[in-house]
Amino acid sequence: MEKVDVIIVGGGLAGLSCAYELADSGMTVIVLERGDFSGSKNVTGGRIYLSPLRNLLPDLWKEAPLERHVTKEILTLMGETNSTTFELYSEQFNQEPYPSYTILRAKFDRWFADLISEKGVFIIPQKKVDDIVKEGEKVIGIKAGDEEIGADCVVAADGILSFMAEKAGLRQPFKPQHFALGFKEVIQLDPETIEDRFRLGDGEGAAQLFVGTLTKGMMGGGFLYTNRESLSFGIVVGLQSLNRREPREEVYKLLDDFKERPEIKHLIRGGNTTEYSAHLITEGGIHIKPKVYGDGILILGDAAGLGLNMLVTVRGMEYAMASGVLAGWAIKKAKEKNDFSASSLAEYDKLLNDSFIIKEMTAFKNSLSILENQRLFSKYPQAISDLFENVMRVNKHPKKRLYETISQGLKENFLNLQTVRDWLQFRKI
Amino acid sequence: MKITEKLALDAFKNDKETHIQLDQKICHNCKERFCVYACPANLYALNEKGEMVVEYAGCLECGTCQIACIYGSVKWRYPRSGFGVQYRFG
Repeated sequence: MEKVDVIIVGGGLAGLSCAYELADSGMTVIVLERGDFSGSKNVTGGRIYLSPLRNLLPDLWKEAPLERHVTKEILTLMGETNSTTFELYSEQFNQEPYPSYTILRAKFDRWFADLISEKGVFIIPQKKVDDIVKEGEKVIGIKAGDEEIGADCVVAADGILSFMAEKAGLRQPFKPQHFALGFKEVIQLDPETIEDRFRLGDGEGAAQLFVGTLTKGMMGGGFLYTNRESLSFGIVVGLQSLNRREPREEVYKLLDDFKERPEIKHLIRGGNTTEYSAHLITEGGIHIKPKVYGDGILILGDAAGLGLNMLVTVRGMEYAMASGVLAGWAIKKAKEKNDFSASSLAEYDKLLNDSFIIKEMTAFKNSLSILENQRLFSKYPQAISDLFENVMRVNKHPKKRLYETISQGLKENFLNLQTVRDWLQFRKI
Repeated sequence: MKITEKLALDAFKNDKETHIQLDQKICHNCKERFCVYACPANLYALNEKGEMVVEYAGCLECGTCQIACIYGSVKWRYPRSGFGVQYRFG
């Protein structure tokens, strides 16, 4: 069996970041990617937060093909026939180094892979890995078709469905409550139209999230990100609430119904849909984090369940990239000792635990239980929009005092035991 | 826009063999049809014989079906190297 130092399974953000970190180490590193090129099987909502990554990957961002830096955070609460929008603009978001960017993965990952190839890492596309090769409990290589390749260390960066982690016995069985489905359209629009509609300067971007009736009571929400020349427009729904939903309705229809809402219709008007994509998102948080190392193997990014739904922000790509860099550090250290046993590779777990990734995932360990509260996705967005509408509306009856309108709205929907309980629950996150 | 029109926008390289296997015995006893409602590409449907079938060629490779199907009927693997959906934007 031919042998290299490190085999990285999966050329997405986690695997590529690990390869990037190892590129100048003198080790022989190969990345096996099942798609035609890195990024061709990857999907994001998407926006990436660079602030947590700038120390770990300081030189990467200047030339990176990112879309727009996000200067505007928009949150829309959707009722049946109304909606309320909060819009945040901050000078901080518009000062270099910019904290976050919208991103299209087929573009970014492909560029990143090319950059790493130039540094001498072998990135082999169209190479699906079928199995790991073990000697006793120790992982000693991989199998792709008839071919076996040996390595001191196998890095499983093969995404949320990680078959590598499964084969290594390091992954828990999948449960619907730990996953959400995201699906989206990429809608082409010219840059000036995007900037006019969202009131943005040149190169600036907006990130809009929607919560409420669009998911018809299910856990989840909508998103709209402005790319340079397109919008990424989609919906996320939890698989458990999707399975339990009554009456039954095919999930893909949610997006078509959402598109018909005037709040959306006029934003995407004249745009041409050019791609439809879907991907799973991890929702299990720290509770389903597997053991991320074994004899001769490390697990990174989505494959290790590193992702977080923080209610208003969804995290994953920064975790993938940071875990790749940390794995690279651990591998270099293991190489110095020439020891790739589990106890040596445990260094990676230690680095993860000390990083922002596990600190955030621990801080938000209760977010899943909050997200299971259906009222967040139906009652409250509706009630807030109704209350605001009553404040604003003038009809044929003489208008009541504002205080009366507001206290009536609060009494009807908020000043009750259930809302107090929900609020107390909310203290956990 | 119909879902089939959306899928027609995507680039696919279709294999001759499917990467999604269903256990007809399990499907036969299933009342809920989780797969039908959870697949974002609407690829699952009953055929004229009343069997569940999946149109694997339009698969977006999200893997939702194998997790949504809590009865374990869906054996889902990545398509062979060089096949399946090829995202141009992602």
